[in-house]
Amino acid sequence: MFVKYLPLLWAGLMRRKTRTVLTLLSVVAAFTLFGMLDAVRIAFNAPNSVAGINRLIVTSRFSIIQPLPFAYTSRIQAITGVRNLAYAIWFGGVYQDRKNFFPNMAVSVHEYLTIHPELVLPAAQQQAFRHTRTGAIVGKTLVERFGWKIGDKIPLEATIFPKKDGGNIWTFDLVGIFHADRPELQGIERQMLFHYDYVDEGRMQDQGTVGWYIVQVDDPADSDRVALAIDRLFANSAHETKTQSEKDFQRSFVKQIGNIGLIVSIIMGAVFFTLVLLTGNTMMQAIRERIPELAVLKTIGFPNRIVLLLVLSEAIVIMLCGGLGGLMLAHTLLPVMATATSGQLNLPLTLSTWLLGVALMILIGLLIGLPPALRTLRLNVVDALRG
Amino acid sequence: MAHGSRQNPAAPDAQPEQDAGTTVELVRLRGVSKSYSRGKQRVEVLHHIDLDIPEGDFVALMGPSGSGKTTLLNLIAGLDSPTHGSVSIAGQRIDHLSSGALARWRATHVGFVFQFYNLLPMLSAQKNVELPLLLTRLSAAQRRRHANIALQLVGLAGRASHRPGELSGGQQQRVAIARALVSDPMLLVCDEPTGDLDRQSAEEVLRLLQRLNREYGKTLILVTHDPKAAEHALRTRHLDKGTLVEQG
Ligand SMILES: Nc1ncnc2c1ncn2[C@@H]1O[C@H](COP(=O)(O)OP(=O)(O)OP(=O)(O)O)[C@@H](O)[C@H]1O
Ligand SMILES: [Mg+2]
Repeated sequence: MFVKYLPLLWAGLMRRKTRTVLTLLSVVAAFTLFGMLDAVRIAFNAPNSVAGINRLIVTSRFSIIQPLPFAYTSRIQAITGVRNLAYAIWFGGVYQDRKNFFPNMAVSVHEYLTIHPELVLPAAQQQAFRHTRTGAIVGKTLVERFGWKIGDKIPLEATIFPKKDGGNIWTFDLVGIFHADRPELQGIERQMLFHYDYVDEGRMQDQGTVGWYIVQVDDPADSDRVALAIDRLFANSAHETKTQSEKDFQRSFVKQIGNIGLIVSIIMGAVFFTLVLLTGNTMMQAIRERIPELAVLKTIGFPNRIVLLLVLSEAIVIMLCGGLGGLMLAHTLLPVMATATSGQLNLPLTLSTWLLGVALMILIGLLIGLPPALRTLRLNVVDALRG
Repeated sequence: MAHGSRQNPAAPDAQPEQDAGTTVELVRLRGVSKSYSRGKQRVEVLHHIDLDIPEGDFVALMGPSGSGKTTLLNLIAGLDSPTHGSVSIAGQRIDHLSSGALARWRATHVGFVFQFYNLLPMLSAQKNVELPLLLTRLSAAQRRRHANIALQLVGLAGRASHRPGELSGGQQQRVAIARALVSDPMLLVCDEPTGDLDRQSAEEVLRLLQRLNREYGKTLILVTHDPKAAEHALRTRHLDKGTLVEQG
């Protein structure tokens, strides 16, 4: 139905090619930025809230970097409703260069593997890990990043835990490579895990403490009660605890970096505000120049609604073309960024970003198309023809 | 569009569909006045005009600048509504139609030719001519065929793919005439169509208008300053300060 008016739409856009191209470019730039920043926002703001994972994290009440006594193990285990208990410390080791950051943690291997079924690796490798004190398992992404293979000795320089013997280099044997059992959890494939016992015995200070406990409950519906029971147990002790769901824990971890979502929103707000002003002004100018032509269309008998639709769709077409182009550019740039940062910023463009983007394109199109469109509605043909 | 399937001007048949009863007038104005208000001031531009134009007529409308020629033409063509009086075209009152209804009416009843051609610069001659047909139910192929016939009629079949910028003034005006013709309206209104043309091009355009009147029975109203142009019409009416001068 509207197809036959397409040549008119095209004619409007091509009337000033340079201007249309420049406008398109500014839209492309804005939406490239939007695509990349929104990927960052999603990565930081929505920690893996994955169905089926229902674990509690017990940390010190005051700070997640404050250690808890190892002795809490048996007392937590004694609480009814606790099925399994693992513990971990943030090792913070550096491989060759500080820029090579990746998460590496010392964990209680048996329990940790039991309550993290999303960590998948061949049975033989799992066995090797359980039985090698200096053994480490590494996620697929990380292995690919450094080109490691099973059997490699991986030296990590301590940043938090120097060795008892005064040395600073911890050497681990790569015995297994794991991957996540579902794509949403690919983030864990950048981790390196090794034995708590090996680290605890070898470190100079903080021996007999853990960074945090990980609790698997019998009944997920019972989580709140269990969490409360744990915190109550250690209330008024020297090491009070704070027990929360893994999801909330990750969220509070990210909060230390700052409210990324808010920062991204502010930047995007500024960018889109500028975009609306810029393109809105251009649209207004473009339509003003075409008043005589639009007047002719109305004279010939084109109804108001068609003229209105032509002007509006011109704005929306520019937004959609530039915006989709921008998102496509972001889609190609993000992997480049991932490579350049050795996988640290491995942010895919998600469907939700595409959908939000398209919604924004249409919204901005309407916003900048409406004023000139309404102007053509009010256009008095007789006056316009008089010039 | 009731008239979308009307015959093309290439097949001469321009009988109005409405039965105008005993009157043979195509255009009938009675007591028409038009005022514009400029701020608080009201200026009456046309005073109590009575005008009859029979079907198949070719009327030249002359008068000094500012005498109201364009205003009168706009009222007849349904672009504007009178302050007082009635405007009937082919027996139908159009002075009280809403702007939407007027737009629909114009699309099927009137062809417009302007002084400055007013073609869309980015569209080919053929696409320009097709414009009024976009409002009909014709298929793309039918639209193209009708546009080509209209271009043939104005002697520009070979220029169908040219853009206005690639045509001379006279050629552009003939494209505009083809556009005015293509939906086969009963009435063509031309506001100084030769005002911007050299003698020879003007002559060609005027001959073309004459032919449309003689061979295809179109009713034409031609506003012009140029007495030579007016000679091509069947009759000339003079407008002075908003009043039609009685014919001697
Ligand atoms: N929208 C308007 N508001 C106020 N006055 C107007 C308006 N349109 C026309 N007029 C006045 O009406 C009068 C008649 O104008 P019109 O354009 O009909 O004259 P014309 O005979 O066509 O003149 P020309 O030969 O210069 O084209 C003029 O005095 C003009 O200033
Ligand atoms: Mg005039």
